[in-house]
Amino acid sequence: MGMTIAEKIIARAAKKDCVHAGEIHTVELDRLLSNDGTTHLTIDMYNKLKNPRIADKDKLVWVVDHNVPCDSPKTAGSQKKMRDFAKANGIKFYEGEGVCHQIMMENHVCPGELIFGADSHTCAYGALGAFGTGVGCTDYLYGMVTGHSWVLVPETLRFNLTGKLNKGVTARDLILTIIGKIGANGANYKAMEFVGDAMKTLTMSDRICICNLCVEAGAKTALMEVDSIALDYLKEHGREPKACFASDPDAVFAATYDIDLSEVVPVVAKPHFVDNIAPVSECEGIEINEAFLGSCNNGRIEDLRLGASIIKGHKVAPCVRFLVVPASASVYRQALDEGLIDTFIEAGAIVMNPNCSVCWGSCQGVIGEGETLISTGTRNFKGRAGHRDSFVYLGSAATVTASAIKGYITSADMI
Amino acid sequence: MEKFKGKVWVLGDDIDTDIIIPTEYLALKTIDDMKPYAFSPLRPELAGKIQPGDIIVAGKNFGCGSSREQAPEVIKALGIRAVIARSYARIFFRNSINNGLLLIENNDLCGDIKEGDEIEVTVGENILYNGKKYEISSLPENLLEILSAGGLVNAMRRLNGLD
Repeated sequence: MGMTIAEKIIARAAKKDCVHAGEIHTVELDRLLSNDGTTHLTIDMYNKLKNPRIADKDKLVWVVDHNVPCDSPKTAGSQKKMRDFAKANGIKFYEGEGVCHQIMMENHVCPGELIFGADSHTCAYGALGAFGTGVGCTDYLYGMVTGHSWVLVPETLRFNLTGKLNKGVTARDLILTIIGKIGANGANYKAMEFVGDAMKTLTMSDRICICNLCVEAGAKTALMEVDSIALDYLKEHGREPKACFASDPDAVFAATYDIDLSEVVPVVAKPHFVDNIAPVSECEGIEINEAFLGSCNNGRIEDLRLGASIIKGHKVAPCVRFLVVPASASVYRQALDEGLIDTFIEAGAIVMNPNCSVCWGSCQGVIGEGETLISTGTRNFKGRAGHRDSFVYLGSAATVTASAIKGYITSADMI
Repeated sequence: MEKFKGKVWVLGDDIDTDIIIPTEYLALKTIDDMKPYAFSPLRPELAGKIQPGDIIVAGKNFGCGSSREQAPEVIKALGIRAVIARSYARIFFRNSINNGLLLIENNDLCGDIKEGDEIEVTVGENILYNGKKYEISSLPENLLEILSAGGLVNAMRRLNGLD
């Protein structure tokens, strides 16, 4: 019996010839990401161990991205703890340079790696053929101290993508459509693997967007084969692959879905569930108070280019806040060079420093009671972006920007 | 096998981590400080009513969303003895075991039960409610060891001699 990509990466990390879904294996971790959401808790636990040690400091990457800059003495205290610990222990530390997953993609992730991240959207790394999975701070501590952890080898759902997205339809619409189809726990404990002829039409930015959101279907990880597009991205960022895997022809999949990209239309996820999907046309006219273009899902240069191309020559609607937040410092610099930031500012947008922003409902841009946000962020749970009686719609960079111009939910072709 | 009784609180499907403990309260200093805000987006009164030993019964995909470990921690801190749901999101499942919070899977109880009623749980065997027995399975041995140690950090001390 052949192996899936997920099985091959776990076999490599477990130093076994062959592993299969359902088995539990002890694995050596290639990399461990943590951010200011929970690192202070990891440090507290670490300090309670009698003789604590770090298995390999060079595998750790710590990123302050959730509250940047700090919004309270409490978060400043948590971040100081993280900063001091990183410095004292020689841990790679980023601050103010962007959202952790974008930083990981730009600087660290290599094909074939098994990566634990103390953040649920770690599954994004599948865009480079790496097995990234979200864990809590206790699992993180265990990995940090021992260098190992245990994993249940997941079954794989395979998505065979064909055709091409129509003009005005984005990868965000595609992954939201898939989540709507399989449901918020449709891939629980499973890996989602994306293959097919359509892969060559999807940019790295599209692929990161797709893999990143798979946790919203419950997925343990998302995976793609490493093709020339992925290898070019790696080369541009000065890295080499460790191991490039594809599933064997006789690998076993829990289910296979055929998705024709040409049938996908612009969609939104309505409050308060990511699988509550409807075509944008059905929500046309719903008034918004705020629009957010950013996050690890859609804050890359391609998203900013798309937003800027739509808003150029237009203004943000009166009484609407349009927040534009590049996903990393390098995206920000590129956007400045290309004049995109000028375009957003001229239109009346609020451009902010790279960070998680309102996607996680703290620090910047939270919304008040009864308000509605349209967002390229990752979640629309009740209260996710601020007040518990507020409403979040998720959509593409195009839909969010078009809605910011009109002041109500609409698609880019209405501009 | 371990046996306990408790009063149940009934929640629905897809109870996410932002409902269990909203982002704005994560900056509070201790888990005890967060307790009053547990489940507040959905039921602001709930945290004040939960008594130690109570049990939460819910539908599918309990704990979906973020990897924030404060979610199982706050449930445990409220004194919840166990959560019984149709299914769990995987990160939450791991985090709960790692923090010594007992999770039980059962598909039928949630459809039958009325909030405020009492149930009796025999761990790894069944749940007794209204004279009816609901079968439950046991967790794998290695996870039970973590649970019985009170979480992964304690288990790590015990098993790996890291202290």
